[in-house]
Amino acid sequence: MKRVTLALTLALAAGLSAQTADAQTLKTVKDRGMLSCGVSQGLPGFSSPDDKGNWTGLDVDVCKAIAGAIFNDASKVKYVPLSAKDRFTALQSGEIDVLSRNTTWTISRDTSLGANFTGVTYYDGQGFMVKKSLKVNSALELNSASVCVQTGTTTEQNLADYFKANNMKYEVIAFGTNDETVKAYEAGRCDVFTTDQSGLYANRLKLANPNEHMVLPEIISKEPLGPMVRHGDDQWFDIVKWSLFAMVTAEELGVTSKNVDEKTKLENPELKRVLGSDGNFGEQLGLTKDWVVRIVKAVGNYGEVFDRNVGAGSPLGINRGLNNLWNKGGLQYAPPIR
Amino acid sequence: MSTEARKPPPQIALKIRRLLGGKAGWNGVAVQFAFAAILGWIGYEIVSNARANLENQHIAAGFGFLRNNAGFDVNQTLISYTGSDTFLRVFVVGLLNTLVVSVVGIVFATLIGFIVALCRLSPNWLLSRVGEIYVEIIRNLPLLFQILFWYLAVLAALPNPRQSISLLGLAFISNRGLVVPSPIGERGLEPFLAMLALGIVASLALRFYARRALFQEGRMIRIWPYVLGLLFGLPLATMLVFGPPFSFELPQLKGFNFAGGSRIIPEFVALTLALSTYTAAFIAEIVRAGILSVHKGQMEAGSSLGLSRGTTLRLIVVPQAMRVIVPPLTNQYLNLTKNSSLAVAIGYPDLVSVFAGTSLSQTGQAIEIIAMTMGIYLLISLLTSAIMSVYGWRVSRSLGA
Repeated sequence: MKRVTLALTLALAAGLSAQTADAQTLKTVKDRGMLSCGVSQGLPGFSSPDDKGNWTGLDVDVCKAIAGAIFNDASKVKYVPLSAKDRFTALQSGEIDVLSRNTTWTISRDTSLGANFTGVTYYDGQGFMVKKSLKVNSALELNSASVCVQTGTTTEQNLADYFKANNMKYEVIAFGTNDETVKAYEAGRCDVFTTDQSGLYANRLKLANPNEHMVLPEIISKEPLGPMVRHGDDQWFDIVKWSLFAMVTAEELGVTSKNVDEKTKLENPELKRVLGSDGNFGEQLGLTKDWVVRIVKAVGNYGEVFDRNVGAGSPLGINRGLNNLWNKGGLQYAPPIR
Repeated sequence: MSTEARKPPPQIALKIRRLLGGKAGWNGVAVQFAFAAILGWIGYEIVSNARANLENQHIAAGFGFLRNNAGFDVNQTLISYTGSDTFLRVFVVGLLNTLVVSVVGIVFATLIGFIVALCRLSPNWLLSRVGEIYVEIIRNLPLLFQILFWYLAVLAALPNPRQSISLLGLAFISNRGLVVPSPIGERGLEPFLAMLALGIVASLALRFYARRALFQEGRMIRIWPYVLGLLFGLPLATMLVFGPPFSFELPQLKGFNFAGGSRIIPEFVALTLALSTYTAAFIAEIVRAGILSVHKGQMEAGSSLGLSRGTTLRLIVVPQAMRVIVPPLTNQYLNLTKNSSLAVAIGYPDLVSVFAGTSLSQTGQAIEIIAMTMGIYLLISLLTSAIMSVYGWRVSRSLGA
């Protein structure tokens, strides 16, 4: 029902308003006093509400960082939980300002949806989870298995490619939401649950007996996850893009949420540029000079965000791996702020 | 000097005036045309504006995507389908899945509905209470909840494929569904089918002849032995001549699952069960109302003629009740068809799930896909109404009403 409503909103928005794609997002957000951020319906580590209704996770921290940069208040975010198949329509129709919902960057999504990816917040890859009792050690032993998957994802297509390339048969059962998929897997409807590997670890925590399930070693795809914004508003695109880069740059320079105040006092030229006592990069973005300071105070640097939500400091305990900084063997790299 | 009578305006002009303008005459016609023009202009503005805005935002538009490869698989397909087929084929696959669950659901809902209605009307206290409880419980619980209940109940009760329940080693029930031997056509298939068709046609002709004899000449002709012979004898005879029409491929456990045989997936079973039991509760009430609308005297007249209760119901009460039953029954059939779109909650690949769901998010073309889906649901509903109207008209006509 929500999907139909969204589609109708989109049709109406497209049909009745003369110019929806104006460079107005920042102004709209400021006027509203809230950032409207599309997140998942509950994926521990990335975006999930706790028992008090507070949202936490890596994707949520991206929203908070943007809200922090604009309002100097990370709580000024309205979270809109979206299923995989509703997410793009919500962005297109203008219901949300930014989509931060573990979404894989692909060429077709970048070119045909009227939206742009602003960067990569998490380098992921698709994997498989099975019950240990099946005694399967490799994805290549999954011939004729039944696979549960969430509909409307790149996962669904990678799955078809992988089984076809390896000449294996399978049965796919596709569900509308992540929770329904996990429930069906737990009920034994399928042998295998597949999604991005980070999602497998996150969902394993939701199962009754996490230890009876294992994630297979194979990674069958590249899944660079990142936020999306609408086409046609370059200023807004820059703000979201550089909010991510600011988090990575802060980690590179050793600026954390704890020491940010001391660091601003240091006479280091690069630190002065980034933290805003020198130059006016923030104002060029349409923000304030101290935008990086605001972001770091709101959520911390990228390393802190990763550690708190999915890394060693979280129940997921995922290694930094590809998501380490470029000078520590990973792929996270930010263009210079100068 | 003679005055000629004024020529009346041509008949056709009068007709147009009355059709379009009503009592307001030609002024009314002008208003109608102006209204149509405004509607047309608004429609054109919406479409052209939408196109321009979509283009502005670089959102792909048009129906070209239907020819692209879908790239995902579907677990129940009535026609052959693989991931490398087009989105158009996904549309057809989804549509057929919706139709099959609707048709099977309608058949079961009607059967259960009539049975429950007869239970409620029965003079037997226990039967009528059971019918009442059924109706009150089922129709007061949300359908989505019932679908999930049946799905999880069906799944929870069934073992995994390796411990599946075997029915004589031919069919197997597990949480992957019901696997049955699948028939494979042999040399004798064509003559078998031809003879079966011939048998059906001949039986219908025989019935027509017998009814005419009954109504026009009052002769009773006993036709059932001939019908039996035609329907079973003929095909059996061809089997003796040409050999068996089918051989059966037995399902076998291979790896995780059964290979060979045909399979009914649990999603289909759960959805059909939920839809038909739910709709049956409403149908039962409609049927009960229809039967109660027939005057009690009709029943008494039947008994006084010496007809049994069942025969009176079948020959006298139900045909009269049908006139009242058919229109609301149509509503229920339409509801069932539309409710089948709740399938997405349990992973049954119906039209909304695979086309308005997966395909929509793979292509992002919301407007086109939602429009196509709405169009096809509208078409299905209108067709259902049309068929039921024809049936209702025949029922009324046969009663001489």
